[in-house]
Amino acid sequence: MKLSVLVNEGPYQHQASDSALQFTRAALEKGHEIFRVFFYHDGVNNGTRFTVPPQDDRNLQESWTTLQAEHELDLVVCIAAAQRRGILDENEAERQGKDGNNIAPGFRISGLGQLVEAGIESERLVVFGD
Amino acid sequence: MSEIKKFMYVNRRAPYGTIYALESLEVVLISAAFDQDVSLAFLDDGVYQIMKNTKTDDIGMKNFSPVYNALGDYDITKLYIEQESLDERGLTLDDLMDIKYEDEDDDWAEKPSIKVVSRKEMADVMDQQDVLMSF
Repeated sequence: MKLSVLVNEGPYQHQASDSALQFTRAALEKGHEIFRVFFYHDGVNNGTRFTVPPQDDRNLQESWTTLQAEHELDLVVCIAAAQRRGILDENEAERQGKDGNNIAPGFRISGLGQLVEAGIESERLVVFGD
Repeated sequence: MSEIKKFMYVNRRAPYGTIYALESLEVVLISAAFDQDVSLAFLDDGVYQIMKNTKTDDIGMKNFSPVYNALGDYDITKLYIEQESLDERGLTLDDLMDIKYEDEDDDWAEKPSIKVVSRKEMADVMDQQDVLMSF
């Protein structure tokens, strides 16, 4: 089945990102197609490479990045939500006159249309939130 | 992308305590550009999102409540409000904005966008959707 995933909460504060990651991994193992994972609201905070969780804890961003590389996942961070929360890629940092970027490998920043398109193109859109 | 799907956005939270309502509205407005069949549900504290006379000056936030009145211009004409959620909060239809749309199939007659439904009816409406996003 062709699936998309919406992640509405940031890492560590809520379980939503863990659950979404585990769901995505399990769906891929079962042979399903993941059309897109879209990060919205505080979910965009999953896409910064500047998180440094304690060594004995899981690293959610790295887990997403690894899964993306293994399966060529389309991990999309909402641009409007990202700008509010200080998640920038190289282009956005330059456009906004900021002195650096923090987008993690495997993630890309794009618009909300990508979420609506995921809803149209996928057989199921699975929402993970609070 | 020729197929038209039924999208429902489920609003469960009060408008200004968190950003969910505002960012939900942003998705709703974008989705209008995709020519899909869009409806909104308001339940739990989400019913507060469409209360009339909202003023935000004293809390330093932009008042986005008037945007709900403009949804008709985006062909978003189905706003389902859960009766039980109103009752549980001591609210009635009179406390809500009188959101209307102009029906192009009926000589642009003004019609109410708000449909108050029971919890059971809300479940039925949700059951008919292709895509449900809950905020």
